[in-house]
Amino acid sequence: MKKYTYTDKKDTRSGFGAGLLEAGKRNDQVVALCADLIGSLKMQDFIAAFPERFFQTGIAEANMMGMAAGLTIGGKIPFTGTFANFSTGRVYDQIRQSIAYSNKNVKICASHAGLTLGEDGATHQILEDLGLMKMLPGMTVINPCDYNQTKAATIAIAEHEGPVYLRFGRPVVPIFTDPDQKFEIGKAWMVNEGADVSIFATGHLVWEAIQAGEKLAEEGIDAEIINIHTIKPLDAEAILASVRKTGCVVTAEEHNRLGGLGDSVAQVLATQLPTPQEYVAVNDSFGESGTPEQLMTKYGLDADHIVAAAKRAIARKTK
Amino acid sequence: MTTDISELKNVASQVRRDIVRMVHGCQSGHPGGSLGCTDYLVALYFSAMKHDPKFNMDGIGEDLFFLSNGHISPVFYSVLAHAGYFDKAELATFRKLGTRLQGHPTTHEHLPGVRIASGSLGQGLSVAIGAAQAKKLNKDSSLVFTLHGDGELQEGQIWEAAMYAPHNKVDNLIAAIDVNGQQIDGSTKNVLSLGDLHAKWVAFGWDVLEAKGNDMEALLTVLAEAKSRTGQGKPIVILLHTEMGYGVDFMMGTHKWHGTAPNDAQLAQALGQLEETLGDY
Repeated sequence: MKKYTYTDKKDTRSGFGAGLLEAGKRNDQVVALCADLIGSLKMQDFIAAFPERFFQTGIAEANMMGMAAGLTIGGKIPFTGTFANFSTGRVYDQIRQSIAYSNKNVKICASHAGLTLGEDGATHQILEDLGLMKMLPGMTVINPCDYNQTKAATIAIAEHEGPVYLRFGRPVVPIFTDPDQKFEIGKAWMVNEGADVSIFATGHLVWEAIQAGEKLAEEGIDAEIINIHTIKPLDAEAILASVRKTGCVVTAEEHNRLGGLGDSVAQVLATQLPTPQEYVAVNDSFGESGTPEQLMTKYGLDADHIVAAAKRAIARKTK
Repeated sequence: MTTDISELKNVASQVRRDIVRMVHGCQSGHPGGSLGCTDYLVALYFSAMKHDPKFNMDGIGEDLFFLSNGHISPVFYSVLAHAGYFDKAELATFRKLGTRLQGHPTTHEHLPGVRIASGSLGQGLSVAIGAAQAKKLNKDSSLVFTLHGDGELQEGQIWEAAMYAPHNKVDNLIAAIDVNGQQIDGSTKNVLSLGDLHAKWVAFGWDVLEAKGNDMEALLTVLAEAKSRTGQGKPIVILLHTEMGYGVDFMMGTHKWHGTAPNDAQLAQALGQLEETLGDY
């Protein structure tokens, strides 16, 4: 098991804010829109640097999505910013018709995804967003793991032609990836090579997977850990190569177990390489108020749950 | 580009013939609103708008048009074809398998002249505002036009957009509302009243004009007036008072022909009333 230590802890949304500023510096076609959540999305540095390229839409997410689609007509590269719930479920039809079906070069940037939004509770804790977005033809879906990777992903999607959903969160999580990394859309990142079980994790659950891997190593279990930062297009090649070696799978995500990363992996495996798989995900329920740590534990998303899932997967393999 | 009224009326007549033939040809589609909005689209594409049929999606340096009430696609397609965006013969493929002329317009099939998908109502004004803002960033002084149905104004997103544009001085935008008073389930009065539309748009901060929507001279006048009011800090909206089904007597004054196709006898009757014989695809 490779050793990963963290340099600092920071929220991924700050990585988005830093990435947006950098993307704006690199390309003057980059513009940003926000529906009354500038502080939450960490967009203030972009706005200070490029005030004329920022559009405050007020609490009107549908209009924001339509405007973003319109801004592409004229060559702009719009980044929309609001909470994940209002970036997807609230405006699904606007995204479907005006962005995805119209194939507009809009970057839908969604903060405060999932349970770790915490105390605000279930109304704001969307757990279906990855599923909603990956079902749209032509939509690229990205869920980076820490501050550095979110920053790199934000810069990378500005250079990618086509609609993108970029998901990140509010909680402060360890920074363990390289600050100067190159973010390759659609290319899974090998975190740790192993032989006994494949753990495919996304978002900040990659850090939980690393901790789980260390715990498993103490028990003599050699886990392969892969960061699936791009849910769509899915790196099926990396998934199949890993599973050929290990023979069993755990998927880990802060999302409903229906329709998220786990289901994407299951679809690849069911059709190409049937393999025992265990899900670490929210079991088809809404969330509730609590601290992020309490919720991660209660809903079964932490390192200990990944360890348990890995053992179940291995047990099924040996049957 | 012309201001010759008889020439414009002739084009409108040809477009109306196309509309009834297209809807008849696939036995589906929306003739009523299409016939009602024919004069406005002809006035836009053959007189008011500076545009290039050698289609470029970004439309830099040209005026843009967005059809928000996408179900009146027959009039949009016919006007685009007559304006030279694609061959008129393609109109015969409307709503048929493999066509670029989908039931509701889309960019997905790369039909020249279409810049956004529409059909799910209420989204076009937002898109137009975005495109208008892009023009300002690009220091492009050309204009953005839209068309909406009056029933479409029941969608909440319209009012999000209506609030945004004046607040942000989007004054390179000329929206138009097809006020025909009809929607699928009946009159707008009965389904969900729109109230005093003029007062509503004024209250939201728009510069509001009104015109007879089936009177070519009135349309040229109001479009000239609207263009003269751009660049003055306010978006402009034109309330077009049209008649659904205009030009075909049995389709007029009723919501029945909102989304109904004519049979063979009705087609013959309609074509008989639309005098010009030129331009049928």
